[in-house]
This record gives sequence, structure tokens and C-alpha cells, in this order.
Amino acid sequence: MIELKDICFTRDGKKILNHINLTLEDDKFYVITGPNGSGKSTLAKIIMGIQKPDAGQILFHGEDITTKSIDERAKMGIGFAFQQPVVFKGITVYDLLKMATQKDIDKKSACAILSKVGLCAMSYVDRAINHSLSGGELKRIEIATIMARHPEVAIFDEPEAGIDLWSFQNLTEVFKHMSENKTGSTVVISHQERILNIADEIILMEAGKIQKQGSKEEVLHTILREETCPKGVTACE
Amino acid sequence: MNNVDKQLLKEVTDTSEYSKVDVYNIRKNGKSIERKVNDYINIVSKEDGSGIDVYVKENTLFGIVHIPVIITESGLTDVVYNDFHIGKNANVIILAGCGIHNDHHQDSEHDGIHRFYLEEGSKVKYVEKHYGEGLGTGNKTLNPTTEIYMKKGSSMNMDSVQIKGVDHTERITKAELEEDTTLVISEKIMTAGSQYAKTDFEVSLNGKNASTHVTSRSVATDTSYQEFSSNMIGNTKCYAHVECDAIIQDQAIVKAIPEIMAKDVDANLIHEAAIGKIAGEQLMKLMSLGLSEKEAEEAIIKGFLK
Repeated sequence: MIELKDICFTRDGKKILNHINLTLEDDKFYVITGPNGSGKSTLAKIIMGIQKPDAGQILFHGEDITTKSIDERAKMGIGFAFQQPVVFKGITVYDLLKMATQKDIDKKSACAILSKVGLCAMSYVDRAINHSLSGGELKRIEIATIMARHPEVAIFDEPEAGIDLWSFQNLTEVFKHMSENKTGSTVVISHQERILNIADEIILMEAGKIQKQGSKEEVLHTILREETCPKGVTACE
Repeated sequence: MNNVDKQLLKEVTDTSEYSKVDVYNIRKNGKSIERKVNDYINIVSKEDGSGIDVYVKENTLFGIVHIPVIITESGLTDVVYNDFHIGKNANVIILAGCGIHNDHHQDSEHDGIHRFYLEEGSKVKYVEKHYGEGLGTGNKTLNPTTEIYMKKGSSMNMDSVQIKGVDHTERITKAELEEDTTLVISEKIMTAGSQYAKTDFEVSLNGKNASTHVTSRSVATDTSYQEFSSNMIGNTKCYAHVECDAIIQDQAIVKAIPEIMAKDVDANLIHEAAIGKIAGEQLMKLMSLGLSEKEAEEAIIKGFLK
């Protein structure tokens, strides 16, 4: 379980996270959604330790991890899939999966992990993680590195960003499978209705605050009503 | 051969069991100490004792030649001329390398001048590894010069690696390419401490459809100095691509000097050079997989120089 207590994060005079209080329970599939610039990615990065909050506290199973480094949090069981998958020079998919599992796995095991994200494994395992791979392929490899770790808390920052419609359809299947077989909490930052549909709980953020948190029925209703009327809910009513 | 010799040979050619190697010449402290040839590949000492000539017969397939050099004598400067004559349509792998073990205060130096004469249609893969070790304060210097002359339709792939222990190196590679030839060069260098590495490439593309791809990847740490210069001269319809990519750390200095010159409208010459520290996002990604900052740095460098 992760608890965020009164988290604040300000950059260039802008309050990106404004007194955030949030509890993420075990074995739940959360989707964080909201407009661009509402603070979703920053919130995710603060959980992983990529960004440090100006104020507030982060607890993981009751332990204060606010000052812990990225690798310390990773070792404790937090995983993070980057919105823009990081590319390397020379590091292969196989190398990265070995680092992710922290074991000297054989290629067969690496292939099995890749198959879970719909990649025809043998043809990918020795490829370098660079821009010769498409955005969709990089994204799936990024997700595979998180799945390989079986983290207690897995965070995915906009997995749909920058990929084509076909790849997205496959990704939705991957998340659906994760949602059905969850063994820890999953947090996905997404704007996509298909991802929202598989959430146990949706967290709606706006201007650095949590606007609403609840079941998909409750929050989806709010979002969809807002989306259908460009002038806002009140104007429609 | 003693254990130090065997260890050096293993470092530079990945083998110390020469009884299993088909064709080889081992040079130790300025002299050939062991040699083996076969019906297709002959090795002959130069009359003045300054080196060897390696003759590969026409149409030789899957030939493998090992020509390692080891230096264990402190204070020695060894200059060697090795010439490789590759017959028409022959296909051969040449494994060279130099290992210096210096436990003393005097400097040890090896200057290897390797000349390759590739006849029509021949193919060469040339792997060269340089390595230094030893507890002495004496400098370990390696100055390799490689000259490559390629006849029509020939191709050459050259991999050179210098990862550890060489205090001073000045590397010169020159090539003359005729029609329909391909030259691919990959160089990997890592310097630490106050080491100095200078590397210089000059490729003249003289024949139609000649092409070359030169890749240099280097890592400079501590107060070491690296300098990379390349000059591609396109005299006709040809293609040349040079990539120089360096990771810089600590107080190291890296200098890249690109030069490309086209003398024909159909010469297509590209030079890319990048110098920078390890990208923060790469470190963060690997740390998010549980690696410490130091482990992440090592993994990135290992991959970069792979």
C-alpha cells in the first residue's frame, strides 16, 4: 500500500501538485486521468523517486520512503514505465530484461517475457534498444521490463502516448490481462476510455489536485458529461 | 611460454591454446617465437627481421590467422612491419593484438605497422585488440598504423578495441578504395587516469561505388585525453559515413575533428560527431530496475563499448 500525504511540488512558480493526499491499496487497478498539465506524470514520478516533492510524505507499507532513491524504491517493489521509453547505445532487449529480472536469465525466459506484451520474441531479443525500433515496439519492451520485475506497485505513465492505433489495441489487451491477474497494485496514467474501462478506481486530476476519486462508474460519468459539452456541465444543464 | 604470456595472449586474442590454432605467428619482445602455417596461408619473416609477410592464396575460404604480439620486457621499443597479401576471392579472418605487461619503471612501446593488400573480390575481417597491464610506473605505449589497399570488389571489416591499461596511443588508419569496395571500421576506446589516445582515419574513395562506414565509440574518464580525427575524400561516386560518439566523465577531455572532402557531385559523405555525458534518463531507467547509480553507469558504458 502506498500513501501520499500532503504532497506539494512547485516549479517555476507553478503549483504542479497542490496538497495531494492519496492512498493506493494493494491488488487494485488504478487509472489516473485528467487534462494535460494537471500533474499526473509528476505524481507518478514522485512515487518512483524520479522527482522529489517540496513538501509531504510518501509511505510504502507504512515506511517513510520520501528520501529514498530510485533504486532503493525499485528494490522495495515499485516499478515505473516511462512515458518516453529510454533508448540506449549498444544495450539490447536481452540485456535490459536481464537487468530487470536481476538474474542471468536465458534467452528462452527473455522470450517468454516478451511474448506477454505481444512481441514475436526471438526476433526482438538481440535487438539494440534504439530508434531502429518503432514507438510501439519500444513501448511494449518498456512494459515488459516492468512485468519482468513483478513489482508490488507498477506505474505506467501514459502507455498509449506516441503509438499507433494497432499497437494501442494490443496494449489494451496487455493491461486487461494485468487487471484480471493482478498481484499488486497497478497505476496507469491514461486518457483512453478503453483503459479507463478496466480500472477498479479512477483518479481524476485537475490543476495539481485530485478532483475526484472513485469507481469507474462514478468518475467516468463525470468525465463523459464534461467531454460532451465544451461549455461545461453547468452550461448544458 | 609462461603464465603471464598466456594471460596476455588470452586478453588480446581470446585464446591461449595455440596448439589448436591452424595458422599463427606469436611475437614476444621483438622476436617471432612460434609459428604455424598451412597449404593456403604462408607466413614468411622479412629478410631484415623487421616483421612478417602473410600470404593468403587465391580462393582460400574460411582462413583464420592469429598474429599476436606480447611484450613483457620493460624498456623495450618494438617496431614491426606486418604485410598481408590477400589473394583473389580469398576469405580470411585475421586476429591481431598486442598485450604489454610492464611491472617496472621503464617505458614499453610497440609500434605495429600493418599493411593490407586486398586483391579483387577478397574479403577480410581484421580484429585488433590492445591491452596493457602491470604494476610498474613505466608507460605502456601502443602506436598502431594500419594501411589498407583495396582492389575492385574487395571488402574489409576492421574491429579495433583498446579498453584497458594503455597509457599512450597514437593510431593511424589509412585506406585507398577502388571500384565496388566496402570498408567497415569499428573502433572502441576507453581511457582512464591520465591516459592519452589519438586516433586518425584517412580514407580515399577512388573507385566508383566505393563505400565506407567508420564508427568510433569511446569513453574518457578521470583526466584522460582523447582526440579523434577523420578525413574522408570522395573522388568519385561513392559513399562515406563517419560516426564519432564519445562519453565524457570527470575531468576528461575529448576532441573530435571531422573532415570530409568531395571531389565529385555524386560523392555522398556524412560525418556525425557527438560528445556528452551519460544521459540522466538512461541512468534513471536502469535505477528504476533496481541498479545503483554506479551499476547503471557501468552497464551503460559496457553496452556502449560492446
